[in-house]
Amino acid sequence: MTSDALQRERVHVSRLTRALENEKLLAVALLAPAVIILVLFIAYPFVMAIWLSLTNLRVGGVGEFVGLDNFIKAWHDTIFRTVFWNTFFYTFWATVFKLALGMWLALLLNRHFRMKRIIRASMLLPFIIPTVLSTFAWRWMFDPTFSVVNWVLYHIGFITVRLPFLSDGDWAMWCAILVNTWRGVPFFAITLLAGLQTISPDLHEAAALDGANAWQRFWHVTWPLLMPVTLVVVVFSVIQTFSDFQLIYVLTGGGPANSTHLVATYAYQLGVGTGLLGEGAAISLFMFPVLIAVV
Amino acid sequence: MVIEHKWKKWVYFIIPMAGFIIFTLFPFYWMAVTSFRPDGELYRSWRAANATPFWTLSPTTEHFRDLLTNTAFLQWLMNTMFVALVATAISLVCGLFAGYALSRLKFRGSEFLGTAIFITYLVPQTLLFIPLADIIRNMQIGNTPWALILTYPTFLIPFCTWLLMGYFKTIPKELEECARIDGATRFGAMVRIVFPIAIPGILSAGIFAFTLSWNEFIYALVFLSSVEEKTVPVGVVSELIRGDIFFWGQLMAGALLGSVPMAIVYSFFVEYYVAGLTGSVKG
Repeated sequence: MTSDALQRERVHVSRLTRALENEKLLAVALLAPAVIILVLFIAYPFVMAIWLSLTNLRVGGVGEFVGLDNFIKAWHDTIFRTVFWNTFFYTFWATVFKLALGMWLALLLNRHFRMKRIIRASMLLPFIIPTVLSTFAWRWMFDPTFSVVNWVLYHIGFITVRLPFLSDGDWAMWCAILVNTWRGVPFFAITLLAGLQTISPDLHEAAALDGANAWQRFWHVTWPLLMPVTLVVVVFSVIQTFSDFQLIYVLTGGGPANSTHLVATYAYQLGVGTGLLGEGAAISLFMFPVLIAVV
Repeated sequence: MVIEHKWKKWVYFIIPMAGFIIFTLFPFYWMAVTSFRPDGELYRSWRAANATPFWTLSPTTEHFRDLLTNTAFLQWLMNTMFVALVATAISLVCGLFAGYALSRLKFRGSEFLGTAIFITYLVPQTLLFIPLADIIRNMQIGNTPWALILTYPTFLIPFCTWLLMGYFKTIPKELEECARIDGATRFGAMVRIVFPIAIPGILSAGIFAFTLSWNEFIYALVFLSSVEEKTVPVGVVSELIRGDIFFWGQLMAGALLGSVPMAIVYSFFVEYYVAGLTGSVKG
């Protein structure tokens, strides 16, 4: 590099540093990468999703504008109605179970006992391990011919014929709820535990001295103080559960006879499986008002 | 505190805790036991007199050997690692910068931007995968790791930004001001003073982002098509089930091997992970 070029370089660098001393310019520079990625891959696709949902685009075809036809068609489609109802049912019960069991586990973990750290760490495993992989373990446990659950129940003497875990619509739905609960309880338990640890034990002692029993202490002291954390956790969980895809995709594939299809898996089936991009996009967008309502 | 009788401890603590432990860990035990079981024992009817489902009489590594030699499993493992590491690195850099700007710098629209980023955090991947697939195709990066490396940050950046913003707020401003009086530039003070203090926060965000990208499924399923580009979750789903036949031994071996790296990373950084998890919901 010649000294002249070096000089120019130095001027250039110092101009950049000076520009970055300006608070506003620095803010713009620092925010730019994040904003560009989010606009390009969230805001733009969102606009495109709305555009797609108003067309009859198929893979390899040219889409024409069809107005709200896709939405109207979906709304009159009996499969879609089943799917929509399934999604609410699944979300509601999974969230109820996750909250109840998560709260219980958090209260248990809040005590002092031996090996607490390792037990607490292992309780988070279902949340760490890729859902797809652990769902396969569940699917294998529910296998029609080789189910270990059937084996246990049969040998205890509870059943004489095998239970139709994933081959009956109602059973399959409850199995999916069970697996979702299994995966989600750690998230509830650990975040609620963090909330519990901020509650001063003095409050409990005061309540105990006033003659409150364990249940009353939970209901009148712990629960109200945990309310803010609980609400946030529930909102997160409802969003995740309502838009769930991988668990159903692996466990049942939406079957038997669409009885476990959720909005996301159905949108995938139409949009990617069948290639009806417009209709698929419209069906995903049905999630949006619900998510807005939750937030 | 309140004195407990022994039977009460059993009813209120030991039995429920044991129940939770069994419920939580049994599927993993089952995964492991299955992956070492020879096919002859694996496919023995649940009513057969000699069925011993809870242990394996003659453990075998045939499923693992089969998985590693006859499928592209190692390649999937490398792909997943590469995508997760690069996506996490990109998201951390973006999140550090954006988090710093939003928590420290005064400029118009900072509150609006903070809220907007938080909202994108709540957008589920399943809402946008169809138009995104189209965009990826138009950018000519379909079926390459870049399709995932560029899209995973959409759910990682909001999370990292939010977490680090909270962390920066706990660092006293005076530290930077001292550095600037000593002649450091704004940018220099940020990189040399604030970021090193924020290392625990960065680790939390990084670990959490890494596990999220390792777990991601729907984008990888939709954007990748050739066998050798796949990630572990997608590869296991699409390549180990041929037609209607499930190769359970291989499937469970794959599930186990795909989970172990996650479990190792997690076991080293439990506390950071928990901090990330609980920090992620502090709205």
